[in-house]
Amino acid sequence: MRRETIVNAALALGLLAFPLWAHWAGEPFYITLATRAAILALAGVGLNLALGTGGLVSLGHAAFFGLGGYAMGVLAWHAQMYTPMQVFGMTVPGTKSMPVIWLVAMSGGALLAALIGALSLRSSGVYFIMLTLAFGQMVYYFAISWPAYGGEDGLSIYLRNGFPGLNTLDPLQFFALTYAVLMAVIWGMARLRASPFGLALAAARQSPARVQAVGIGVFPLRLAAFVLSGAVTALAGALFADLNRFVSPSMLSWHTSGELIVIVVLGGVARLYGPVAGAVLLVTLEHVLGGVSDYWQIFLGLGLLAVVLFARGGLIGALAGRAVAHD
Amino acid sequence: MSGVLLLEQLLNGVQFGVMLFLMAAGLTLVFGVMGLINLAHGSLYMVGAFAAAAVSAATGSFLLGLGAALAAAAAAGALIEVAVIRRLYARDHLDQVLATFALILIFSEGTRWLFGSFPLFLDVPGWLAGPVALPLGIDYPKYRLAVIAVGLAVAAGLFWLIAGTRLGVQIRAGEADREMIAALGVDITRLYTLVFALGAALAGLAGALVGAIQSVQVGMGEPVLILAFVVIVIGGIGSIRGAFVGALLVGLTDTLGRVLLPLAMVHVVGPQAAATAGSAVASMAIYILMALVLVFRPAGLFGKV
Repeated sequence: MRRETIVNAALALGLLAFPLWAHWAGEPFYITLATRAAILALAGVGLNLALGTGGLVSLGHAAFFGLGGYAMGVLAWHAQMYTPMQVFGMTVPGTKSMPVIWLVAMSGGALLAALIGALSLRSSGVYFIMLTLAFGQMVYYFAISWPAYGGEDGLSIYLRNGFPGLNTLDPLQFFALTYAVLMAVIWGMARLRASPFGLALAAARQSPARVQAVGIGVFPLRLAAFVLSGAVTALAGALFADLNRFVSPSMLSWHTSGELIVIVVLGGVARLYGPVAGAVLLVTLEHVLGGVSDYWQIFLGLGLLAVVLFARGGLIGALAGRAVAHD
Repeated sequence: MSGVLLLEQLLNGVQFGVMLFLMAAGLTLVFGVMGLINLAHGSLYMVGAFAAAAVSAATGSFLLGLGAALAAAAAAGALIEVAVIRRLYARDHLDQVLATFALILIFSEGTRWLFGSFPLFLDVPGWLAGPVALPLGIDYPKYRLAVIAVGLAVAAGLFWLIAGTRLGVQIRAGEADREMIAALGVDITRLYTLVFALGAALAGLAGALVGAIQSVQVGMGEPVLILAFVVIVIGGIGSIRGAFVGALLVGLTDTLGRVLLPLAMVHVVGPQAAATAGSAVASMAIYILMALVLVFRPAGLFGKV
């Protein structure tokens, strides 16, 4: 077995074992912490498809994360206020059902990603970074200045949304749900990366000209990856808002985009379980350093600098050695 | 709306644009010469504002504060260039984004630790307080007019520096071919530090000047940084002229959009909805402008294709 496979299995089992232990020890707070890590990992998995496999450095993924959050917030808010929405002249009721919310979040994320991607992917390199950042910021300012759904204050939901057959108010059951979603998406990503689409996408990162030369359009390839990536990140956003029972424009802020990149890079760019490692590391640091000092982000910044300058490859790179195929 | 109010908003837009130019000039120089995307540029803006607020509060002199802003931002810029940025020139953009994002965290939390979370205030000096009467019966704040003048003077100085001095020749040569200029005996390492410190000083100056209009607080640099990115995308990366035109376009679009769009939308959706929808659309106006420029000129108005 490859060392990376062992590291991946240890990560997957560890993330599952920790909340089970917390449940046994009667520490529900740690279950919430693990849920947070699993959801951030899911968002990272989404970003990793664009950033890692596709080589598209998006500094605007908070837009999709926040859009997922608002999909949950708006639908659940209408349901709890018993006021239907007017969408294009049709009357649509709100909902407290997670599968419906997820579907809406993912479609919305995909649509927004198609729009932003179609404009931003016309360029590359540093232009792409600035464009995704700018369009992400546009969504952020729109959310702040649109007063119907809380504006700057955000939206609160009284009760967590439901999932058929589960009591989502129980921390352990909600964790199990997010963990199952995370594992299902990672499994899908593994299949996707091994598929012709995934291989072409990775090839386009290394040499777009050659991919174009063998007859595969680079632009549609990247756009498809960006759209999928946005949809997965939006799903994570819906779960994240459900975890906090709160959504606000801060989910859309560019700091969130930066944190998502940090998660992917700390864990290991383009590694299947990289975002899981990164999210666990970030949540742990947040919890441990946050307890030591109010100014813990200084240490996070210094650590991040050290990783970028001296320890490339992230946590998985350090544990499992260099990837087999890496440019 | 009255013409006087419109002219006032026009001047506000120019003032905003000129400040954006000071930010964008440093960013675009650093990108053009060194090929580096620097997210921490907004932190240098913040450093300038804090230095100005602290020094002018201690000495009571606004000009000393401005000097301190220039010196502190240039020193901070030179320091991070030597310690961190220098190692990033040969790296890919992802590493640059991440490392400069880390610098933002360090700068922001460090400033919070030193000065606390409460905003500081930088007072407009007495000799610039109050309005000044302009032709056509406009009363415009003296300070804002001075900011426009300083910004335009700095812009002229920068154009002269780039076009007419030895340093400018080296900077332009560095943009064109960095191996060749190193081979010709120019100390490229020193040149890079100098360009970075110059950009930082411009950002610090902008921070100090704007600090007297708004409050001086942690995180004040980030919205400006992102607007400066929009300016650069519109103007074309690496072009000072593009940064100037882009900055004025963004400044005017944003300021006038916030005034005119809600008024214009009254005729479309009615007064109640216009106030909310207008302000929401106005907040997106510059990004829509950016998208339009991008569709028709992907490399920006003055970019090299």
